[in-house]
Amino acid sequence: MAIAAEKVQPGQPGIWRQLRGDRTTTLALGLLLLIVLAVLLGPFIYPGSPSDIDFSRALAPPSRELPLGANDLGQNQLARLLVGGRISLAVGVAAMLIAMTIGVLIGALAGFYGRWIDGSLMRFTDLFLALPQLPLVLLVIYLFGDPVRKALGQERGIFVLIVLVIGGLNWMSVARLVRAGFLSLKQRNFVQAAIALGANPWRVVKSHLLPNVIGPVIVAATLAVGNALLAESTLSFLGLGFSPDVPTWGRMLYDAQNYIESAPHLVMAPGLAIFLTVLSINTLGDRLRDVLDPASR
Amino acid sequence: MFGYLLKRVLIAIPTLLAISAVIFFILALAPGNPLGDLAANPAITPEVRENIRRSLGLDQPIHIRYVKWSLALMRGNLGYSFTSRLPVSELIAQRLPTTLWIIGIAYLLSVALAFPLGIVAALKRDTWVDRGITTLAFMGFSTPTFFSGLLLIIVFSVRLGWLPFIYDSTLQVADLGSFWQLVKQSVMPITVLVLFQTAVLLRFIRAAMLEEIPQGYVKTARAKGLSRWRIVNLHMLRNALIPVVTLVALDIPTIFTGSLVTEQVFRVPGIGALLIDSIYRGDTPVVMAIALIYAVLVVVFNLMADVLYGLIDPRVRYG
Repeated sequence: MAIAAEKVQPGQPGIWRQLRGDRTTTLALGLLLLIVLAVLLGPFIYPGSPSDIDFSRALAPPSRELPLGANDLGQNQLARLLVGGRISLAVGVAAMLIAMTIGVLIGALAGFYGRWIDGSLMRFTDLFLALPQLPLVLLVIYLFGDPVRKALGQERGIFVLIVLVIGGLNWMSVARLVRAGFLSLKQRNFVQAAIALGANPWRVVKSHLLPNVIGPVIVAATLAVGNALLAESTLSFLGLGFSPDVPTWGRMLYDAQNYIESAPHLVMAPGLAIFLTVLSINTLGDRLRDVLDPASR
Repeated sequence: MFGYLLKRVLIAIPTLLAISAVIFFILALAPGNPLGDLAANPAITPEVRENIRRSLGLDQPIHIRYVKWSLALMRGNLGYSFTSRLPVSELIAQRLPTTLWIIGIAYLLSVALAFPLGIVAALKRDTWVDRGITTLAFMGFSTPTFFSGLLLIIVFSVRLGWLPFIYDSTLQVADLGSFWQLVKQSVMPITVLVLFQTAVLLRFIRAAMLEEIPQGYVKTARAKGLSRWRIVNLHMLRNALIPVVTLVALDIPTIFTGSLVTEQVFRVPGIGALLIDSIYRGDTPVVMAIALIYAVLVVVFNLMADVLYGLIDPRVRYG
């Protein structure tokens, strides 16, 4: 058996060709790019202020100058949506990076060394899987929210805390799939050959094992961004995430639900923003899985 | 089977202990004072505060407190709420039936919907039926429960005025009329959970059934001339259930999470709402007890899945 044939090269042009031909993927990718661009550049281009209060236009319905209306304080909803999206997306990406780092590290250690290291790390992973996620996140934010806010500043403190907690509770599936990948790869001829030739462990991991599990990890990373974004929105929706002057999409929904009878449009914009972002991220992850990880199809 | 069961239960016990330790130490090591408002209240003199601390055992070393706390827990003593002065167990007992009623009905409905839909989607793979079902499922599980809940309120309560959007906790079911009212106020919370849960389950079931289609035993059964109905329900489904049961068990926590949010949206007075209220009030004993109850529920459901696993797959039992 040719050694080269066993390696999956994630950078192959074939992957992009396969993805580009698919209409759903193009749509999801386009939508996601649009959202990311709007959120990144929008606040510079759109002149409306997200924080100016004007009670004369409180709960104003969508109009020409206020495309998404105004909230109970008369603040411009479109401007808030654009600024808030930055934070929501930043939380999603940062929490994903943390989850991936922990997951790959634990999975690689367990899969590479096996024996008691594997056993104890996997028990640890199982314990985390059995933890009640949302209640625990709420508990940690409740207990550590104020001190962290004091130490790192109002906005940055809660950002760091939320990202750490969400990332710290979402690494388990990655750890499991990296470990499973390592365990089966270790038995393969090309890895055995590399070890027999005297390659040091770090080299075996870096150039033989990791590249072969990167496909599923990319898929998991994509889905993790969506999950983290949902988790942050849920927290903010329960009123326990960011403070009211930081308009994340979840927080905007939390504020909007009190005016659901008089101003239902306040619910639609942030709700749709979360829904469309998560939907396009999930679609993308699903399609990537079909291409990068055909075994799990 | 008995040995297998015993092993599972013995594994569950350390898990529970570890979880209770995690929750206890998070609370005990939190930088804020776990006594919350009680300690910050200027009307309470230092001596009184010291007495309260002593009566709560807070002057003892942390590991002793943990042992005492968990021993009390095993006797069913969850402590007293700071704000209402009621035993925590009583507060929870008031709220738990509502949560279980909503979650239970929602879960039964989603299982009843997800199985036929998932099987049909797998058997009709890549046809418009499959594409329709999977697209709907995809949207279902990408919709956050708080958004679908608010949408339902806008459509059915605000626009159409058919359903009440606030759950009346004082409602007593005495006759047919009040039962109808209970049904009416439960429809939307249950629908929100069903939409999400069905989507998740359906994807598991479809994927598991797709694994079975190319298997040799399916060809054999067909060659024997068994009816399609028999092949699907008695042969394929039974094998497909094995991975599904595990995934469903791992997924149980999400329905509790979903119910926490749903209870908040519709003001359902369940334990999720109690948790949020207690967090706002800084009522630590209640927060701690509810977090623990969620953990216990997760472990219990995992255990049940393991038992079911053994019942479905004899290899697990004897292997």
